[in-house]
Amino acid sequence: MLDIKNLHVKLEEEDKEILKGVDLSVEAGKVHAIMGPNGSGKSTLSYVLSGRDGYVVTDGSATLEGADILSMDPEERAAAGLFLAFQYPVEIPGVGNMTFLRTAVNAQRKARGEDEISAADFLKLVREKAKELRMDQDMLKRPVNVGFSGGEKKRNEILQMAILQPRMCILDETDSGLDVDAMKLVADGVNALRDAGRGFLVITHYQRLLDHIVPDVVHIMSGGRIVQTGGPELARQVEEEGYGHLNEETA
Amino acid sequence: MATPTRVKQQALQAKHDALDARLAAMTMPAGGGWIASARNAALTRLRETGLPHKRDEYWKYTDPATLVQPEPVPAALLDDGGEAPVFGEIDRIKLVFVDGVFDSDKSDDPSLAGVEIERLEEASTRDIHWARDLYGTLEAQGQSPVRRPLATLNTAFATDGVLIRVTGKAEKPVSLIYLHKSDTSDAILHHCIKVESGAELTVLENGPAAARFNKVMEVDVAEGGTFHHVRAQGRDHERRAATHIFAQVAREATFKSFTLTANGVLTRNEVIVEFTGDDAVAHVAGACLGDGDFHHDDTVFVTHDAERCESRQVFKKVLRNGAIGVFQGKILVQPGAQKTDGYQISQSLLLDEDSQFLAKPELEIYADDVACSHGSTSGAIDEEGLFYLRSRGIPEGPATDLMTLAFLAEAIEEIDDAEIAADITARLEAWLARRRR
Repeated sequence: MLDIKNLHVKLEEEDKEILKGVDLSVEAGKVHAIMGPNGSGKSTLSYVLSGRDGYVVTDGSATLEGADILSMDPEERAAAGLFLAFQYPVEIPGVGNMTFLRTAVNAQRKARGEDEISAADFLKLVREKAKELRMDQDMLKRPVNVGFSGGEKKRNEILQMAILQPRMCILDETDSGLDVDAMKLVADGVNALRDAGRGFLVITHYQRLLDHIVPDVVHIMSGGRIVQTGGPELARQVEEEGYGHLNEETA
Repeated sequence: MATPTRVKQQALQAKHDALDARLAAMTMPAGGGWIASARNAALTRLRETGLPHKRDEYWKYTDPATLVQPEPVPAALLDDGGEAPVFGEIDRIKLVFVDGVFDSDKSDDPSLAGVEIERLEEASTRDIHWARDLYGTLEAQGQSPVRRPLATLNTAFATDGVLIRVTGKAEKPVSLIYLHKSDTSDAILHHCIKVESGAELTVLENGPAAARFNKVMEVDVAEGGTFHHVRAQGRDHERRAATHIFAQVAREATFKSFTLTANGVLTRNEVIVEFTGDDAVAHVAGACLGDGDFHHDDTVFVTHDAERCESRQVFKKVLRNGAIGVFQGKILVQPGAQKTDGYQISQSLLLDEDSQFLAKPELEIYADDVACSHGSTSGAIDEEGLFYLRSRGIPEGPATDLMTLAFLAEAIEEIDDAEIAADITARLEAWLARRRR
C-alpha cells in the first residue's frame, strides 16, 4: 500500500537533513506503529507524506499503491486515499464543520470522477459516525475545531477519517493531549476502520495508545532512520526501557 | 515662494473652481414649496464649502476627482452572463430605478400595510409633507465636525428618490433596484425613511445604478423602531459611487446596515449615525471583494450622545491584484454618554503583496464610564488552515474561497435575517468561484 524507499528530506529554510534514508512498507490491512524519541523525524515523515510546504525531498521515493505521491499536491494525495490525522488540528474560524466535511467529501469524489453525495445521504453518514464518536450536533455546527477541547479536536480528526474513508491513514501523535477515556474513544474509532483494504501508520511517542490500537508491526525511529522493527512486544520494551539505549546503538 | 497660507488659499480656490465647473453642468430640478427651500439651502451651504479635493484630510486615501468632475467617466455595462439577481428569492416590494430614474413599469405596486411609499417628485408638489422635516436635515446635521459636500450636492440636485414612512411592522422588505443601462449615466438619488415609534422596516438595495452614482439616504428611527438595511452594490466594474447614509437613532431604537461590494472601480460609502436617545443600537457592517483596478472606501462616523447605547462597526475587505481598501471609522462619545458600548473592527485579507489596506480607526471619548474597543488588522491567508483544507482533498482554489468566506463571516453575521444572509453568502460563493476561472 504505502512504500517508502530511502527517503531523505531536509528543511527548505536551512540546510538541515531531518530524514536520512527511511525505508518502510505498510501493507493493506496492517497497522504499523512508529515510535521514537522527540526530534527523531516522526512528525516530519507525516508532513512530507501529506505534502506540507517547507520540506525538500533530496533522495528516495514514496508511493501509494504504486503512484508517486511526492509529486502530487496535498489535495491530490487526499483524493488518492491518503489521510493525515494532525497532531495539532487547525482551527478555522468561520468555516462550519459540516460545510468543511461536505466540501471535502465532494472534492474527493469529484477528483475521482464520482458524483457528489446527496445532502440526505451525507447527513445520515455524518450523524451515524458522529454518534459513534460521541460528538454532538453542536460540534458539527461549530466552526472547524474552534473552541474544541484537545479531545474534541482529535475526535473530529477521526470523524473526518471515518467519513472520507481513506485507504492509507497516518495518525500523528493522536494520543497527545488525551485523557484515558478520550484515548479509548479515539482508538475505538480507529479500530472500527480497520479492514483488509486499509493501511495504518500510527506515530506515537508513548506505548499507551498501542494498548488500544494494537499494531501488527512496530518501528523505532531515531536520528531520521528506522533503527529497529519488531512486533507489539517492541513497544512494551520501549515503555519499560525508554529510548535511552538507542543512543548507544546508533552512535 | 508658496507660503502655507497661500497654499491653503489655492486649495480652497481649487475646491470652488471645481464646484463652479460642476454647477455649470447641472440644473436644479423643478419643484416648489418645501423641497425648493431645502435645495436652495443646500446650494448655499455647498457654495461655502466647495467640492472635495484630494488635499482634504477627509479624502486623504481616496481621490474624489472623478466623483467631483462635471461629467462622469463612462462605465461599460457588465454582461453578467444571466446570473440570478441578488435577493431574487426574497419576497419583497421592488422599486426599480434605471440610470437613476424611477421606472414604474418595472416596479411593483408600492402598497404594503403600515408603509407609505412615495416618489420624491410627487411629494415635492405638496405644501405639507412629513419629509419636509427630514429632507436635507440629517444631511445638514452630518456636516459637523467633517464636511461632506457630495451629500450636500445631492440634497440640492437629487432628481429622484423615494420617501418611505413606516408606521407598523412591514411584513416584507422594500427593495430598491438600481439598473445601469447607459454607459454615461450620472445618477443622483435621495431617499428619506422615517420609521415611526415601534415600527419596523427592512430596506434592500442592489445594482450598479449608473456610470456615476451619488446617493443619500436619510433615516430617522423613532423610539423603539427598527430599521434594517442590506445592500449589494452592483458589479459593473467601471462604475463609480459615492453614497451617504445619515441615521438618527432614538431611544431603544435599532439601526443595522450591511453592505456587500464586489467590483466597482471606485466606491466611497459613508455612514453617519447619531444616537439621540438612550439604550439604542446601531450596527454598520461591510464585506468587500476587490480585484485589480478597485478602490473601496468605507467611512463611518458614529456619535454617542445618549446613555447605554451600543454601536458596532465591522468591516472586512478581501483584496488582490493591486486592489485598494480604505477604512476611516470613528466612534465619538460625547460628555455624558455613559455606559456606551462601542466596538469597531476593520480587517483586510491581502491575497498578494500588490494590494493595500489603509485604515484610520479613531476613538474620541469624553465620558468616563464607557467600554469601547477597536482593532484593525491586515494579513495574508492562514497557510496552516489552507494546508489543513487541502490535506482533506479540497483544492487550493476552493480552499482559498472557504477561507475567504470565513474571513468575511463576522461581517455577514451582522445580517439578522437568515434568508437574506443566505442570499448574500450564496452571492459571495458564486462570485468567488467565478473569479477563479
